[in-house]
Amino acid sequence: MSVKIVLPTALARHTEGQKSFDSQASNLPGLLAEFDTKFPALSQNVKDDNGKLRRFINVYVNDEDIRFLGGDAHQFEDGDEVMLIPSIAGGCCAHGE
Amino acid sequence: MVSSCTKYELRCNECGKSYGNQPLSACADCLAPLEVQYDLESVRGRFTRESVAAGPANIWRYKELLPIPDGFLPDLPVGFTPLVRAKNLGKRIGADNLYVKNDSVCFPTLSFKDRVVAVALANAQAFGFTTVGCSSTGNLANSTAAQAARLGLKACILVPADLEYAKILNTQVYGARLVRIDGNYDHVNRLCTMIADEYNWGFVNVNLRPYYAEGSKTVGYEIAEQLGWRLPDNIVCPMAGGSLIRKIRKAFKELIALGLVEHKDVRFFGAQATGCSPISHAVRNGWDYIEPQRPNTIARSLAIGNPADGPAAAKMIQETGGWAEDVSDVELVSGIQELAETEGIFTETAGGVTTAVAARLYAQGRIGRDETTVVCITGNGLKTTDALEGRYATEVAVKPRLAAFDEYIRAIDVQLINADPELALAGGAR
Repeated sequence: MSVKIVLPTALARHTEGQKSFDSQASNLPGLLAEFDTKFPALSQNVKDDNGKLRRFINVYVNDEDIRFLGGDAHQFEDGDEVMLIPSIAGGCCAHGE
Repeated sequence: MVSSCTKYELRCNECGKSYGNQPLSACADCLAPLEVQYDLESVRGRFTRESVAAGPANIWRYKELLPIPDGFLPDLPVGFTPLVRAKNLGKRIGADNLYVKNDSVCFPTLSFKDRVVAVALANAQAFGFTTVGCSSTGNLANSTAAQAARLGLKACILVPADLEYAKILNTQVYGARLVRIDGNYDHVNRLCTMIADEYNWGFVNVNLRPYYAEGSKTVGYEIAEQLGWRLPDNIVCPMAGGSLIRKIRKAFKELIALGLVEHKDVRFFGAQATGCSPISHAVRNGWDYIEPQRPNTIARSLAIGNPADGPAAAKMIQETGGWAEDVSDVELVSGIQELAETEGIFTETAGGVTTAVAARLYAQGRIGRDETTVVCITGNGLKTTDALEGRYATEVAVKPRLAAFDEYIRAIDVQLINADPELALAGGAR
């Protein structure tokens, strides 16, 4: 089983610029554990001091907020697209000033 | 920095990290929202009641406390809308010191969004963007399109596909590219975040959000000035993304810090529609976080199920000793009618929500009869006339003859003929 992870630029700076990659994780806690080993900097960025996902991060599974699907308990399915995105985001291409 | 400008920069609300000035909305470290912070000391003595009074009758009279880039020359006379004493509405809901801040007549597009867009686009130009855009529930779309046209900027506006027809037309007429997205506002907003990543566009409420949000403070400055440089006891404010209510408080705090008004602990009350009430739900449960909802209400301008500033707004309301309520679609339509019938102000669905919530807060005793309370009306009813569909019968056409008219009026409302005796004495009716 494989799901596609999608990240905005703000988070892709911790994945050597990769905004999209495959994951074998079967749920959100599994995905965060995978970040710990594959992308430690990303893991540190998206998790708070208690190891929980920061409250400013939203997670969407195929366009649906994971909180509507059961949160941590929700099981990913093969081919799902999982997007992590800051709740207030945008801004990568600072120019002008 | 020219003398009329105040030093400001973006800073993280959570960790305090500074970011200077750039089109950026979230902290790279903790991903929390960035906010514009000012060096208030640099403006002390320069921003006074007198300096404000000498300024133009629009939001630019407060420019020292807005994030305006060097060399910016204000163009449109945005804001400075009426603050009206609402005696008739007050009588109906049991309020003796009630005011309506009437942004349903804000220039140029009849909503408070004109304020935020004016500040955002001033910065968009300074950052060198030639195309601007927004994710919008309608009013923001109208305002971005209109003000972009005036400034000669290209505009691409993204809206939920089910938006009211009037709001779509009121965007397209300015020559903006309008894209309907098959989803709700939260889907649209998320898409805009991804677009802002890829395209070099200035999204007023995405990458320009910290600057944009500051424009809301002008509602607070105006209320204080129009009350004769004093603060009200209470503010009742609609909530969609949760930004406006916080910025009114920020404005009051700045005025207190600079000595333009006396200190007062103003209580803030939030209003939502029950069909989309994540912030009022959080306040009533004592939370400082938000449980997102799937919006289902005719108050589309408030239909944000996952409000970006929701957690901060919920926390702030509770800190001030305020409260939040939500009302049904039926109640909000009655709210629209009540405000129109009592004060002659025709507001959109969001204003119906705010009016109905204000009435409920008085009925609950959460707001005292004598307290000075300002209800913030943020949009115009002409944009959401579909909410009143079927409420008023189409009258029959009466022949243009006095006898026909007389017969007709006696049949439907004979009391209308009997003039008020005082009015008759004054020659007002014959």
